Amino acid sequence: MTPQPHELDSFRKDVAAWLAEHRPADPGFLLPQSFMEVSTDQQLDFLREWQHKVWSAGYLGMAWPRAYGGGGVDPAFQSIADQEMRRAGVPICFNVIGLGWAGPLINDIGTEEEKSKYLKGILSAEDIWCQGFSEPDHGSDLGAAQTRAVRDGDAYVINGSKIWTTMGNYARYMILLARTNPEAPRKYDGLSFFLAPMQVPGIETRPIRKLTGEYGFTETFFTDARIPQACRMGDEGDGWKIAMKTLQYERGAEAGAAGGLAFVRVSVDDMIDELRDVSRDGRPMLEEPLLRDQLVGLIMEEKAMALGDRRSAIAPLTTDYPFSLPLSNKLRWTEYSRRLRQFAVGAQGAAGSFYVGDDAARQGGFWQRAYLNSFSATIGGGTSQIQANIIAEHVLGLPK
Amino acid sequence: MSVIGSTRLSLGEEQAMLLDVARDFCRRQSPMSAVRAQLDSPLGFDNAVWRQMVDLGWTGIALPESVGGSALGVAAVVPVAEALGRAMLGTPLLATTLAAQLLQRAAPGAQDDLLAEIAAGAVATVAMLENEDWGNTRYQVSLDSENRLSGVKMLVWDAQAADLLVVVARDGAGETVLAPVRRAAVADAALAPHTMIDETRRAARIDFTGVQAEAVIAGPSVLSALRDYRLLGALLVAAEAGGSAASCLDTTVAYLKTRKQFGKLIGSYQALKHPAVEILTAVDATRSFVYHAASVVGEEPLAQEAEIACRMAKAQATETLCHAGDRAIQFHGGMGFTYECDAQLYLRRAQWAQQQFGDARHHRTQLAALLLD
Ligand SMILES: Cc1cc2nc3c(=O)[nH]c(=O)nc-3n(C[C@H](O)[C@H](O)[C@H](O)COP(=O)(O)OP(=O)(O)OC[C@H]3O[C@@H](n4cnc5c(N)ncnc54)[C@H](O)[C@@H]3O)c2cc1C
Repeated sequence: MTPQPHELDSFRKDVAAWLAEHRPADPGFLLPQSFMEVSTDQQLDFLREWQHKVWSAGYLGMAWPRAYGGGGVDPAFQSIADQEMRRAGVPICFNVIGLGWAGPLINDIGTEEEKSKYLKGILSAEDIWCQGFSEPDHGSDLGAAQTRAVRDGDAYVINGSKIWTTMGNYARYMILLARTNPEAPRKYDGLSFFLAPMQVPGIETRPIRKLTGEYGFTETFFTDARIPQACRMGDEGDGWKIAMKTLQYERGAEAGAAGGLAFVRVSVDDMIDELRDVSRDGRPMLEEPLLRDQLVGLIMEEKAMALGDRRSAIAPLTTDYPFSLPLSNKLRWTEYSRRLRQFAVGAQGAAGSFYVGDDAARQGGFWQRAYLNSFSATIGGGTSQIQANIIAEHVLGLPK
Repeated sequence: MSVIGSTRLSLGEEQAMLLDVARDFCRRQSPMSAVRAQLDSPLGFDNAVWRQMVDLGWTGIALPESVGGSALGVAAVVPVAEALGRAMLGTPLLATTLAAQLLQRAAPGAQDDLLAEIAAGAVATVAMLENEDWGNTRYQVSLDSENRLSGVKMLVWDAQAADLLVVVARDGAGETVLAPVRRAAVADAALAPHTMIDETRRAARIDFTGVQAEAVIAGPSVLSALRDYRLLGALLVAAEAGGSAASCLDTTVAYLKTRKQFGKLIGSYQALKHPAVEILTAVDATRSFVYHAASVVGEEPLAQEAEIACRMAKAQATETLCHAGDRAIQFHGGMGFTYECDAQLYLRRAQWAQQQFGDARHHRTQLAALLLD
């Protein structure tokens, strides 16, 4: 049954009131803007506690079944909770690979046993999830992944290595794409999908330092690691299909996520507020014609995306290319976000050359770090170039 | 008159030789491993390398022979700056060269002792900036009647290594003056190193309150010397950034030629190939602007032709390096997101270089007035 407007209104008030009361105090250290930026134990503990709190209050996984820790209510409630969390500027719910990708996948196609085993731990933040798709030699060409999974009795023996594993060092489970049949005629058909435990002998992680100087992802090595056969999701050979479904959630093209803030969305509003008192050539910077032109350009770009979100829900207005807006969502937002942050660094004048740790840096160096981190989204989850190829082929029907 | 204006561009014999020597020197002395070894060192450079540069005479290239220089002009520092940028070698050469130009132009002949020290290897820098605005010329740091300074400067380039600081200040009558200060006169506690986005760079915030100036340089030549200082600063940073952009492109192209996806070298995809060519054309434009500017900066004070050229060089170089660095990260994929990949060094350098001596927008605004009004 669709919820009544008054129900939603009063729910919105409840969430806002709860957030006002429970919003965590500034911890005194930098909080990650996205789940790909969790780099210290301190940050992890903080975010874990926060997510647990949001879930305990009933504001996470609201549309997931009650039997598995969810709220069993209409997704409209979760959207409202998410909007209010964004408005309140509270920290992210960091267990995104579980909440946003593995969780919805398990909900959609998992067995009863898988649902009971995994979903609640994802919501409560007890079980952190990571994603083992990319390999050193196969990133964009994910279908060529070579990590081997060989059946041995009631187990699979895994050998190979994955890379860029976000939170690999913290995770209890990994969604793993591995090759069960190297002889399959099509490379995609030899892959299988696993909900793999990370704490087994033969799995090791090596932290990789990011361009920001921080840590947060790993290379993950498998040396004769035995995982139970029951970890396989779907049949042998279904791996590619399932991985593609996962990527649909990841790129925001398919619904089902548990909700919560996955990342702090930086708006042109935030930047303009920050730049109001910057002076250039002896005058307030916002009076400079060149800059004003560029700012209006950015404002229009962000507004076009907000309007696009509205329009995509109105079928008669999406007839030309019905999949254009959902499939280009990631590309548009992440590229815009990169350029916005890049612009914000330059617009600060001399202060743009300071970094996190400098007393004179604006907002503690927020924009500089945010710009460096913006590439996590234009590269991770399928690069912008690959996104553009997908849109060209699947939306415009251009040849491969 | 055509807005295109002068297209003078030439390279003298000494410049060509310096270009050759400097590139060779940097190749030998500054492989990326050496650059990385300095990223968290206090001064940001290896003193042994600096001494060799001094021995090669680079600190005196633009200084008169009377103080031990070789009188080749700033134009001859340009190829060296470009080589330093190409190798990402952080040394105080540019800060020192520019400080010497400021002194020399503000008080020709009067500061020869200091200039001789600089030619002999003393590190010098200028303390000018007081807020984020490179266009600001109303200085708050003041000098009292007993030549004592008060106030704070920021982003003093290579302050940590400097022996001599030239402070831009306001005297009791409100006139802009220069006050050379010995580093020894500044208490350690008054100097706070900045945390820079470009980890090859060093700069500090300095509280000059109570510091006694060595001398005071006043008079009308101060303002024109400061104008030249800013323009030559823009030129040398542009030359350096142009070098960095060229090697950034090399780094990207090398990866496009070795990394395979979908069974093909990624450089075969037009989505990467075409942007690489765009960067190449921007790097070419930068080099043309930089050497054009080097060809027209002979007069003191700088002529309008030189002003236009320096500003164009900086505007072009800045945007080129910012773009080349940004694409270098993206085109390296996951590898580009690592500290280990050199792409981040260029991206960070770009964020520093774009603001130093004013960003592209600042220079374009000035150019619009010079060219259109
Ligand atoms: C911060 C971060 C977190 C990540 N987290 C995870 C994670 O948790 N789990 C996981 O499995 N992976 C993760 N990744 C990996 C990410 O999915 C890959 O980096 C990405 O898919 C690109 O693969 P690659 O790094 O091998 O780059 P490559 O595929 O080698 O790409 C290099 C360049 O070539 C371009 N390119 C490649 N093919 C084409 C083509 N056909 N046409 C045009 N251009 C092309 C790319 O766009 C890119 O610019 C993460 C990455 C980052 C940066």
